[in-house]
Amino acid sequence: MTHPPDTGPAPVLALKGVSKSFGAVRALRDVSLELLPGEVHALAGENGAGKSTLIKTLAGVHRPDAGQVLLDGEPVVFHGPGDARDAGIAVIYQEPTLFPDLSIAENIFMGRQPRRALGRIDHKATRAATAALMRRLGVGLDPDRPARGLSIADQQIVEIAKALSFDARVLIMDEPTAALTGSEVARLFGVVRTLREQGTAVLFISHRLEEIFRICQKVTTLRDGTRIASETLDKMTEDDLVRRMVGRELAELYPERRAQTGDVALGVRRLTREGVFTDVSFEVRRGEIVGLAGLVGAGRTEVARAVFGIDRWDAGEVEVAGRRLPKGAPSAAMAAGLALVPEDRRAQGLVMDLSIERNIGLTGLRTTARAGLMDRGAERSRSLDWAVRLQVKYARIADAVSTLSGGNQQKVVLAKWLATGPKVLIVDEPTRGIDVGTKAEVHRLLAELAADGVAVLMISSDLPEILGMADRVLVMHEGRISAEIPRADATEESVLAAATGRAAA
Amino acid sequence: MPESLTRAIRWDTVVGTLLIVLLLSFGFVDGFGNALNLSFLIGNTLPIALIALPMTLLVVSGEIDLSVASTAGLSGAVMGRLWNAGLPIETIIPLCLLLGVVCGLLNGLLVTRLGLPSLAVTIGTLAAYRGVAQIVLGSDAVTDFPPRYLDFAAGRLGGTFVPRALVPFLVLLAIAVVVLHATPFGRSLFAIGAGEEAAWFAGIRVRRTKLLLFVATGLMSALTGVFWALHYASARYDNATGLELSVVAAVLLGGIDFDGGRGTLGGAIAGVFLLGALQNVMSLEDVSAQSQIVVTGVLLVLSVLGPRVARQIAVLRAQSSG
Repeated sequence: MTHPPDTGPAPVLALKGVSKSFGAVRALRDVSLELLPGEVHALAGENGAGKSTLIKTLAGVHRPDAGQVLLDGEPVVFHGPGDARDAGIAVIYQEPTLFPDLSIAENIFMGRQPRRALGRIDHKATRAATAALMRRLGVGLDPDRPARGLSIADQQIVEIAKALSFDARVLIMDEPTAALTGSEVARLFGVVRTLREQGTAVLFISHRLEEIFRICQKVTTLRDGTRIASETLDKMTEDDLVRRMVGRELAELYPERRAQTGDVALGVRRLTREGVFTDVSFEVRRGEIVGLAGLVGAGRTEVARAVFGIDRWDAGEVEVAGRRLPKGAPSAAMAAGLALVPEDRRAQGLVMDLSIERNIGLTGLRTTARAGLMDRGAERSRSLDWAVRLQVKYARIADAVSTLSGGNQQKVVLAKWLATGPKVLIVDEPTRGIDVGTKAEVHRLLAELAADGVAVLMISSDLPEILGMADRVLVMHEGRISAEIPRADATEESVLAAATGRAAA
Repeated sequence: MPESLTRAIRWDTVVGTLLIVLLLSFGFVDGFGNALNLSFLIGNTLPIALIALPMTLLVVSGEIDLSVASTAGLSGAVMGRLWNAGLPIETIIPLCLLLGVVCGLLNGLLVTRLGLPSLAVTIGTLAAYRGVAQIVLGSDAVTDFPPRYLDFAAGRLGGTFVPRALVPFLVLLAIAVVVLHATPFGRSLFAIGAGEEAAWFAGIRVRRTKLLLFVATGLMSALTGVFWALHYASARYDNATGLELSVVAAVLLGGIDFDGGRGTLGGAIAGVFLLGALQNVMSLEDVSAQSQIVVTGVLLVLSVLGPRVARQIAVLRAQSSG
């Protein structure tokens, strides 16, 4: 293949007319994509649009039914992820998979450490090579540090270093920022820019549109397995991109709302869990949405867990609608009218092997029972009712929740808790990893709940979400509330300043 | 869903196999079909069945108790010792049951309060409880229990082959079926077994529930120990040795997932009687006790392996068609 000189650099990796079906589901139809060296290319689309299938096709996990994968313009067939890796294609997943007890250096060179005589591992050379990789990425991680205790952001950097050690020319990043805070994202983007300048081709997937505009030059949009467009980003707006993704005009991502606040529904006073958070006091009133911002590790999730009774607290008190809660008793918190949509939907929010019906039913075991026995009719109608109200997309209510997409799983978690008729709803990262359409639905739902008099406490690492939804923003820094900012004064700058401890509280 | 499919196939497989074993046994094994043998079969299977009731609930919730046979042995040993000391049997039996509660409580507290794995804890108490049984009774065998009690444990209903003890067992079975399959408590066991953290986040009192199950298991094991001593008219420290193997094998054979969260009591009881019928046939055919243990062990491995292989096959099929 020849390229006229005026077309710029030739693509390192490309898909040409690729189709892929799973049974009756056509995941990709005639999709083409070109990744150029020194370019960060975004892949946008709602959940189920075919992004994962496309990535897995590039990574050698799936083989296309039709069409070709081209490496340096030549058709190739990957017989597995190993082939793709050998060809210089590396994938960084949302949740890194490092060996926690091994050091950073050992993780990077697992199974291919530099050797000395008699096959002994050359630890010195391993360390030196790791340090060189870290320098290349412009980060200062100690090669000897064990992976355990690294933040997700640092773990991702280790994964990137590992990819570089394989001489990766193409880096595919699948929602790498989903679990990162603002400053961590900034650091990751610094690394991505460095790679781009060194000529790596990057394919970047994120549900956060502003990130796509910050770091990418081009975007390919998928909808229902079809490529809608591949275009440069500089002339586009976020609205343009959303329109291509959802194929229709989307209602505002953040609904208009006017808070009518009432009595204090949740009162937390001087709550302390030693070594985790200290002297945390705040109130949430009926009809109010309070945002809880801060860096990952600042103690936001831990406060929510303690308030709901998952963990015990050492000092302080929690009141729901005037009733003091005992510590360490979620069942008592539920009885008082508290609900928690937890951060980790797969492990904490849902029992993945159980059906939609049973998952929603889990919060109503006692209330739907009659004379101590399960009333299956009541359970089913309660579950159906809420699944329909929240517009969960499912085939049968008896299907396992593991068969649903992430966004629909999150709706099941919300349904499960709304079915308890809560007075206070705590949501922890309610829209992490879900597509923009569902995200808008969740926001509208939270606004409606508040309008109905529910007190909502929303923990989020997504700053625009906090700013778009909250009537008041609480910011945590190192286990303490460092600021309380009214809606009018809340800006990215003021929240970030408080989250990083730069502001006078 | 491939998983529910393998589950259904397994349930059918167990019941089907049970029927085939029974029919073949009636036709080909001398003496199998006569009333006396059927009575023996049921009587000998009852100890497994009694303990299988709480064990099913325990395994569904993701835990296991391997100390059940030792608890039964200890209960029998204490029963013999107290009988020798002259206490009335009406006092002894409640004391033995209380002892079972204590044994179960100890297991449960070690698992739920200290967070130790139940497999390890109950292997420890398996040895410990048996050791205490030997200290309590030494090598004595106590056989002179009141005839009324012996008759109840070994006798039959009227002129039929049905053991009298089957009636209280059926009552306990009905209770267990209702508890596991028709109450909020039973529903929460499946949730705990399939996703303990999510169950706790849904307000289910996970530790209290598990503690209760261990106590129930201890109680039923002690009851089984009392039944065993009366049924065989012999209280010895080594009563019911190795019974945990049969109970666990039967429960897993009956389709209860070893990882928790799946299974039915009907399946577990079918597994119990399949194993009981096999053991009975092997005894009639003069298969040695050692070989019977080998067969039970192999069944246990197969019943754990079966669903995984089926799942693997389902995954491979999905991949090749995808």
